[in-house]
Amino acid sequence: MKSFRGGVHLYEGKELSENRAIQPIKAGKEVIFPLAQHIGAPAKPVVAVGDRVLRGQPIAEPASFVSAGICSSVSGTVKAIEERPLLRGVGDVIVIENDNQYETVAGVGDKRDLSTVTAEDIRRIVAEAGIVGMGGAGFPSAVKLAPKNPEDIRYLIINAAECEPYLTCDYRLMVERPEKLIGGIHVMLKLFPHAKGIIAVEDNKPEAIAVLKRLTAEDDRIEVRALKTKYPQGGERLILHVITGADINSRKLPADVGCVVQNVSTSVAVYEAVCENTPLMSRIVTMSGEGMAQPGNFEVPLGTKFADLLEAAGGLKDEPEKLVAGGPMTGTSFVDMRVPVTKTSGGFLAFLHDDVSARPITACIRCGRCLSVCPENLVPQILAVSAGYEQFDKFEDLNGMECVECGCCSYVCPAHRPLTQSIKRAKTAVQAARRAQKK
Amino acid sequence: MLNISNAPHVRTSRTTTTIMADVILALLPACGVGIWLFGWQAALVLALSVGSCVLTEWLYEVLMKKPVTVGDLSAVVTGLILGVNLPASAPWYLPVLGGVFAILVVKMLFGGLGQNFMNPALAARCFLMMSFAGQMTAFPALADMTSGATPLAAAKNGEQVDLLQMLLGQHSGTIGETCAVAILIGFVYLLIRRVIAARIPLVYIGSTVLFVMLFQWLNGNPTLAFSANYLLAQVLGGGLLLGAVFMATDYVTSPITKGGQWLYAILIGFLTALFRVFGSTAEGVSYAIIIANLVVPLIERITVPRPFGFQKGGKTA
Repeated sequence: MKSFRGGVHLYEGKELSENRAIQPIKAGKEVIFPLAQHIGAPAKPVVAVGDRVLRGQPIAEPASFVSAGICSSVSGTVKAIEERPLLRGVGDVIVIENDNQYETVAGVGDKRDLSTVTAEDIRRIVAEAGIVGMGGAGFPSAVKLAPKNPEDIRYLIINAAECEPYLTCDYRLMVERPEKLIGGIHVMLKLFPHAKGIIAVEDNKPEAIAVLKRLTAEDDRIEVRALKTKYPQGGERLILHVITGADINSRKLPADVGCVVQNVSTSVAVYEAVCENTPLMSRIVTMSGEGMAQPGNFEVPLGTKFADLLEAAGGLKDEPEKLVAGGPMTGTSFVDMRVPVTKTSGGFLAFLHDDVSARPITACIRCGRCLSVCPENLVPQILAVSAGYEQFDKFEDLNGMECVECGCCSYVCPAHRPLTQSIKRAKTAVQAARRAQKK
Repeated sequence: MLNISNAPHVRTSRTTTTIMADVILALLPACGVGIWLFGWQAALVLALSVGSCVLTEWLYEVLMKKPVTVGDLSAVVTGLILGVNLPASAPWYLPVLGGVFAILVVKMLFGGLGQNFMNPALAARCFLMMSFAGQMTAFPALADMTSGATPLAAAKNGEQVDLLQMLLGQHSGTIGETCAVAILIGFVYLLIRRVIAARIPLVYIGSTVLFVMLFQWLNGNPTLAFSANYLLAQVLGGGLLLGAVFMATDYVTSPITKGGQWLYAILIGFLTALFRVFGSTAEGVSYAIIIANLVVPLIERITVPRPFGFQKGGKTA
C-alpha cells in the first residue's frame, strides 16, 4: 500500500465513539450563526433584527466570489446581529431565537432527479445551500467545483481518511448513509465528464471500506481505495500524492494536477442539496475524549451552542483539563461554552489530562525527530529557531511557508518544544508583511 | 480550570530523560565488561567521571541561579562516555578534571544542553590526552598478556592480531572500547528503541575501512590495504566502534539533516583513516569526531532537504 514520507502513528481513541450510531439532537433556545465560518469574505446578512425566519431560509449571502451563504437551521425570530464569543476571539454573528416549531421553507426535502439538472444548476444549488469544505478548512465548495477546465479533472477524490484521532463523524456517515455519500459523488462527477471518483479511506475503518466497496462494485466511475493509517494522511497534498502520485506545494492547487478533493460530509451535503433540495442546516459532530460522559456522534443543527449540545450529549465526566474543537492535532482549545457549532465543527473533545501542560518545555537536543516526521520534508528545528529570532528571510529561504501545520513535529519532540506553534506564528507574520507590501 | 494552548494538544511520552536513560542502558554492557576485565579501578574511574560531571553541572546551575537540569541525565551520559574512554589505570584526578572540563567549559559555558559545539566527553578526552599523554596511554596489561600494547598499535606495526580476542575484549585499551560484542549489544538496543538510526555508525565504519585501504595503498602498502586481518583489526580495534555508536551519533553535535549525516559520517571516516595511517599514534577516532563536530553547522547549511512538491533546482512541480 502506498504511503507518504514522515508522519506519526498516534493513539487513535476512535473506539470511544466509532460504534455509536448518529443521534439527532435539537437546537437550544438561542441559535448562533457566525458570518465567517468559511475561507473567504464573511457572509452578508439578508435579514434584520425582528424578522421571522423559517428553517432552511437564507439568512446571509456570499459577499464575494470566494464566500458562502448561510441558511437557518431553526424557525424563529432574528434576535440580534452582533459580536459574540467564537472559538478564536469574537466575531459577527446572527442570533436567532428558536421557536422550536421547526417550520420549514416550502419545498425543502423535495426529491430532485439528477438527470434533470445541468452542471450550472449544480454549482448554483451548492452555492445557495451554503456548502463549504466540512473537513475543517471550510473552503466554499461551489468555488472548488468550478475549476478553469472541468474537462481536465481526472480524479474527484473523496477524502475519507479521517486521520485525526477521536473523530468518527465521517466514519459514521460512511457506515450509516453510504448511499448519500455515493449519491453526492455522482452529482459532482456530472461536473467532470472525464473524472473518476475515488473514495480514499484509511485502513483502520475496514467496515466502511467493505460497505462502500459493496455498493460501488458495479459502478465503473467510483473506486474505493484503502490508505495506510498514518497521521496526517488526510492532508490534501498527501492524499493527492498517494492516490495520483502528483506532488504539489503551497503554490499549486489540486486542480492544477487534475484533481478535486472533497470531504465525506461535504459530499453528503452536496447530495442533500441537489437531490433532496435541502440546504446545509446540520452536520455530524463527534463528542469524545476521556472527559466526555457519553462519547458519541450527533446530528446537530448548525448554530447550536456547545453548552446545549453538551447537555443533549450527556455532559462531561469529572473535571476536564482541556476542551478542544476539532481533532487533538489541529483543533482549537476553548473555554467559553457559548461557542456555536459551525459548518466545520467535526467534533468536540474533552480531555481529563492535558499533555501540553503536563510536559514542561526543555532544551532542544537536536535529535532530529521533527525532521523525520515532517510530511513536507522541512527542517522544523531550524525553522523554529529562525522564527524565534524573527529571521523571516531565512525562514522563507528554508521554505517555512510550505508548513501545513499538521503538528507532527510538536507531537514528537522529546523536549516538548512548541515547534508547530513557532512556525505558524512566523508564517502569519510573513503573510502579514506580504499583504502590507501589496498595498 | 480549563487550559488553553495552540494545537497540537497531544504529545509523545518520550522525553529527553527517557532518551538519556536509554543511552545509559546501552552503555552498561561496555561498562560491565570493562569492570570485569580491569577490576575495581575501572568502576572507580567510571564513578568518578559520572560524579564529576553531575556535580559540576549541579554546582554551576546552583551558583549561577539557573534551573537545575541534572535530572535530564545528560550529564550522566557525558560522564559515562568520558569514563569508558579512559584507561582503568587513570589516577583519580583524570576523570575528575575531565568531567569538570566537559561540563563546565564545553557544555555550560556555551549555554548548556543542546548548545555545545563539540561532544563534551570527547573534548575532555582530547584535553586529557594533551595534558596527561603518559597516563592516558598507559593501558594496564591484562593478567595473561605480556604487554600493554593495544591490538591497533600491534596492527600498525604490521603484526597479525587475534580477532576473536578483539571481539570479546581480551586485550588492553580503554575501559569501554575493548569488547566489540558489548558495544554491539548497546548498538542493537539503541536501534530497537529508535534512539539512533544506523546511518551514521554504518557509514562511518564503512568509509573508515575504504579510506584506510586507499591510504595504505597510496602509502605503498598494498598488502595491508587488502589484508582482511588488518582491516578487521581497524574496525574492531581502538575506539572506532565505541565512537561510531555512542559519540558520532551524539544528537547535539551531529547534523540533523539526512544528507548532512552522510557527509558528516564520511568526513569522520576520512579523518579517522588519515590519523590512523599517517598519524604518529594508532588512534584517531576522538580527534576525527570533534573536528567533524566543528563543521556540522556548515554541513547543515548545504544539506537542507528539498521540500515535498518541489523538483530539483527549487522549481515547483
